[in-house]
Amino acid sequence: MSTYRILRHRDIPNIASLDVYRAEGGFEAFHKAVAGMQPSDVLNEVKASGLRGRGGAGFPAGLKWSFIPNNLWPHYVVANADESEPGTFKDREIMESNPFQFLEGLMLASYAVQAHDAYIYLRGEFWQIAKSLDGKIAELEAAGLLGDKIYGTEYSLRLHTHLGAGAYICGEETALLESIEGNRGQPRLRPPFPAVYGLFGKPTVINNVETLANVPGIIANGTAWFREQGTEKSPGVKVFSLSGCVNKPGNYELPLGTTFRELIFNYGGGLPEGRSIKAIMPAGASSSLITADDRALDTPMDYESVAALGSALGSASVIVLDDSVNVAWMVSKTVEFFKHESCGKCTPCREGTYWMSHIADRIVKGDSRKEDIDLLNYVARQMQGKCLCALGEFSTMAVVTGIEQFREDFEKLQRS
Amino acid sequence: MAKKLVTLRIDEHTLQVPEGMLVVDAARKVNVDIPVFCYHPKMDPVGMCRMCLVDVGRPVIDRATGEVVKEADGSPKIAFGPKLDTACTTPVSEGMVVITNSDKVRAARKEVVEFILTSHPLDCPVCDKGGECPLQNLTMAYGPGTSRFIFDEKMHLAKHVPLGELVWLDRERCIQCGRCVRFQHEVVDDPVIDFFHRGRSLEIITDSEPGFDSVFSGNTTDICPVGALTTADFRFGARPWEMVSAASLCSHCPVGCNITYNVRREAKTGGNMVIKRAMPRQNEGVNEIWMCDKGRLGYHFTESKQRLSEPLVRKGGELVPAGWDEALDLVAQKLREAGSSLTVLAGGRLSNEDLFNLRRLADAAGGQAVLDTHMGGGDLAALAVERGAALIVVNPNETRLDKFATHTLRYNPGELLLTFGGFLESAAGKVFAEAENALVFYGSNGLGLQQSTYLAYAAAELLVKTGHYGKANNGLIPVWPKANSQGAWDMGFRPASNLGDQLRQSKAVYIAASDPAGDDPALAAALDEAKFVIVQDLFLSETAKHADVVLPAAAYTEREGSFTSGDRRVQRYYPAATPRGLARPDFIITAQLAGRLGVELPAAAALVLDQIAAQVPAYAGLSYQKLAEVHEQWPIIGRSDVYYGGTGYENKHGLGVQLPCAAERGEKIDLPAAANPVLPSVPAGSLLVIPVARLYDQGATLRPTALLDGRIARAELALNPETAEKFGLQAGGEALIAAGGWRVQVAVRVDSHLPVGLGLVPRSTGVPVFGPTAVTIEPVQVEIKA
Repeated sequence: MSTYRILRHRDIPNIASLDVYRAEGGFEAFHKAVAGMQPSDVLNEVKASGLRGRGGAGFPAGLKWSFIPNNLWPHYVVANADESEPGTFKDREIMESNPFQFLEGLMLASYAVQAHDAYIYLRGEFWQIAKSLDGKIAELEAAGLLGDKIYGTEYSLRLHTHLGAGAYICGEETALLESIEGNRGQPRLRPPFPAVYGLFGKPTVINNVETLANVPGIIANGTAWFREQGTEKSPGVKVFSLSGCVNKPGNYELPLGTTFRELIFNYGGGLPEGRSIKAIMPAGASSSLITADDRALDTPMDYESVAALGSALGSASVIVLDDSVNVAWMVSKTVEFFKHESCGKCTPCREGTYWMSHIADRIVKGDSRKEDIDLLNYVARQMQGKCLCALGEFSTMAVVTGIEQFREDFEKLQRS
Repeated sequence: MAKKLVTLRIDEHTLQVPEGMLVVDAARKVNVDIPVFCYHPKMDPVGMCRMCLVDVGRPVIDRATGEVVKEADGSPKIAFGPKLDTACTTPVSEGMVVITNSDKVRAARKEVVEFILTSHPLDCPVCDKGGECPLQNLTMAYGPGTSRFIFDEKMHLAKHVPLGELVWLDRERCIQCGRCVRFQHEVVDDPVIDFFHRGRSLEIITDSEPGFDSVFSGNTTDICPVGALTTADFRFGARPWEMVSAASLCSHCPVGCNITYNVRREAKTGGNMVIKRAMPRQNEGVNEIWMCDKGRLGYHFTESKQRLSEPLVRKGGELVPAGWDEALDLVAQKLREAGSSLTVLAGGRLSNEDLFNLRRLADAAGGQAVLDTHMGGGDLAALAVERGAALIVVNPNETRLDKFATHTLRYNPGELLLTFGGFLESAAGKVFAEAENALVFYGSNGLGLQQSTYLAYAAAELLVKTGHYGKANNGLIPVWPKANSQGAWDMGFRPASNLGDQLRQSKAVYIAASDPAGDDPALAAALDEAKFVIVQDLFLSETAKHADVVLPAAAYTEREGSFTSGDRRVQRYYPAATPRGLARPDFIITAQLAGRLGVELPAAAALVLDQIAAQVPAYAGLSYQKLAEVHEQWPIIGRSDVYYGGTGYENKHGLGVQLPCAAERGEKIDLPAAANPVLPSVPAGSLLVIPVARLYDQGATLRPTALLDGRIARAELALNPETAEKFGLQAGGEALIAAGGWRVQVAVRVDSHLPVGLGLVPRSTGVPVFGPTAVTIEPVQVEIKA
């Protein structure tokens, strides 16, 4: 028995092989569902588990599935394997090392909404993973777990991988759908939401890889088992991608509600000798900064508690900043990133990220004017609430919270 | 089915609009302007520019009871969202409250304009859009007075990028609203331009060869809300405020697009009014707010140096200048002498007024009024047009229409009517027979006069058989080669069964706006046998060179008149440019001739139309006042506010009048029996070729538009690879084709989509093929020099 729920490869060698995965109980959940459960039973089980989306928004997965209307067909399920947020590298490990658990979750989700085709959308750099997944899918087809009339039932399912071409925005679910359809990776207007008008204009469920990897356990072991870990509102475990100024960066599978302090100091081995922790970015480049005081460090990492700190748990890509890091420099890096990745569709994001990157760059180079810190802050706030999708909003988070909490770092770089 | 009405409040206005209407459009109904850049009422909203942000509130509904929650004062409790919403993507809903004039909304507009202006150049003083520019206007209305963006950080981009030879892009001015891209994708279905790169590097590119290969490309310059897209034609040509508008019609085809000519007085032409550009004029029943590039660019014949500017009389074998009186006296004398042996030959680009006067003149002399046309059936035309129908396409070759067709039928040229014979039993025929309304559009693609006449008869018979006749939105619509071919039929002109013989036997031939000698060498020879030839035209055409007297006609752009479109809408046009030299309008010339013969014809356009109304039953009740009537059109476009485009759109000068069909007037039309037309026999070694229409042909009024040189159809023979091989022809090579008395060198185009054993020749390119014709072919050997 593994002590892990998601990163099971860490104590089960070769779980990436189908035989080993099946020997460890793999595809029992899928068999149980397809051969013995109504699709709605699967959906209700996941709903009852309280599983929340691991991609960033934390939206309840079962509830999302239940939005799929039964008078519009066909349905699609899409696994969001774009994993493009800087500081996030958990889905990659899951797909590389425990791929069948993810695929089984995707298959269960497909069964629950009666989709007969499901897509796995991977960032372009994941081409090796896509190739490997194609092999796994072929194995499943050969084993009769995918294809027509699975387990002799009327249910058929096929999985398809699709590679992106190197755009952060394609992790945004509607831009992702556009990309699969062969269009420019730009977000769609919402409403209509993908649950009604998704891939090829049909009802579509889009879930993150890690979310899906949680599903087999829920179906196999039940809701109570799932809720043994985590908190009441954020049940289950989460894979935290820890990076930045820590001794042992990496993925850590821990119950939701584990505190920042435990993650960074107990698991992550603390900071290098002589450094002290300054700030935390809990959700990668999109994060609002959290000043790493005691209150913050003792905050449990669940969706509600991190939100209460004025930030968000997001995909739990925890980036640690120590006292050697100038926040203005860090902000200039995030802003540069968002300028590069803005799709250009809406004005505030296209122009705002361009403008902010210039101001931040001036500040870091020591070329700024006195009013530039306020201007940077103003431009960021001017973007807020006006963008077409979340990318534009996210690009302002580090700027606004950085200036608010670490203004002296910006001022330090200004010529007196 | 009428949509449910919903009641909402926009600022201080309470209004009722149909469910589903967008907030931005609803606001226009009560004269509240919500500024936009990317939104355009003719295209799906995208919500990209964020200029239209407004505060949207909705009534709070109690989930338990489903009732609207009330405030203490009994009014419904309204909940506003945390953010502003885009008015262009938000549909109205019952009880909605929209606030467009709050500080929050004003601030948002100012901020969005500031964003847009960060990298926009300040070159309004030299920008073609300046003066009718939505960005300029909205900046004045909502934008910040100064910029906080440092000039050194502004993006400097290419300012002279030809997307093709017709449309230029200034990349600095582009605000990435995507209207042009969406227009080409959604409205035209020619997706030849697109976005490239992303973020602030986003740019418009073309991926076609030739660049921006779409015959509607010019429309993108109208809807561009900045000066990023300009036509090569108007670029740096004039400023909007220097020009005045003249309402007009396009004269290049029978659709009857309403256009505006922008003109200004120019010193270099001696103070004459000169056309600077053509823009669409809104007519939702005809062209909406669009026009094709042929119409937009094809006005340059007006200013052509080749125009005739004074009457010419043949003296000592030469055509020499003469005064009007001398020329008219001579013509009158010759007409008097010819008596009933007069043939009046007219082309379909003349106005109703010109044609009516010409017809009256022919009648007075006892002569014959002949229409120069290779398409028949104009006496059967009825009425049109509605959208959203099953489309059945019947053609010998693939066309772009096939893509939109619900049913596509192919036939071998000449066997068209056999196809019609079995039509009603086919799947397409059943759809046709059961349709509530049915229209037949027929043309002369691949057909000659005789075949197209039979086609019209067969189509009319089909309509009668299935009961789609004699009521509105049903009937036969000819797709004529000329703008006013329908008017010519209505004014009593008919094609001659054998024009060559008729010309040969006439004592006097009076030819207006027609060039038989240029079209067909056989007719040139026939003209030489005619006793006296009078030609009234814009140019010294081939026919004019054979004339005894040449009368200079004013172009339609220099005078007023009316055209009747293919779907029988009579529309007015107004003078735009100053007439060339001594040129006079055709109807005036004819009236002056008639006066010399003792026949009084009106010499004012409005009076001619009054007479038409009195004498042509279908035109009863028409007057210039009636043709000038305008009612409010939706969407509201191009008024003093120009969020939706330029200054040319507004239609203040008439939407025209659709004529009733004969049956509606209680008349009966006798249907001639349809028969399968006779095809020429094709001897062994010959090939059957058919004429097909090309938009950019070598017509006399299009050739002077030099800008289109690269796109004008050339004399060519298009055939299937198998057929080409049989005749020893190679793609890209040349061939000599010949038939009865003529031989022409043409380019060879090989196209695998064409049927085997058939050649296609474009009309109006100098190849005298006017219907199915058997030709002999020999390849031209190209000598390669060492």
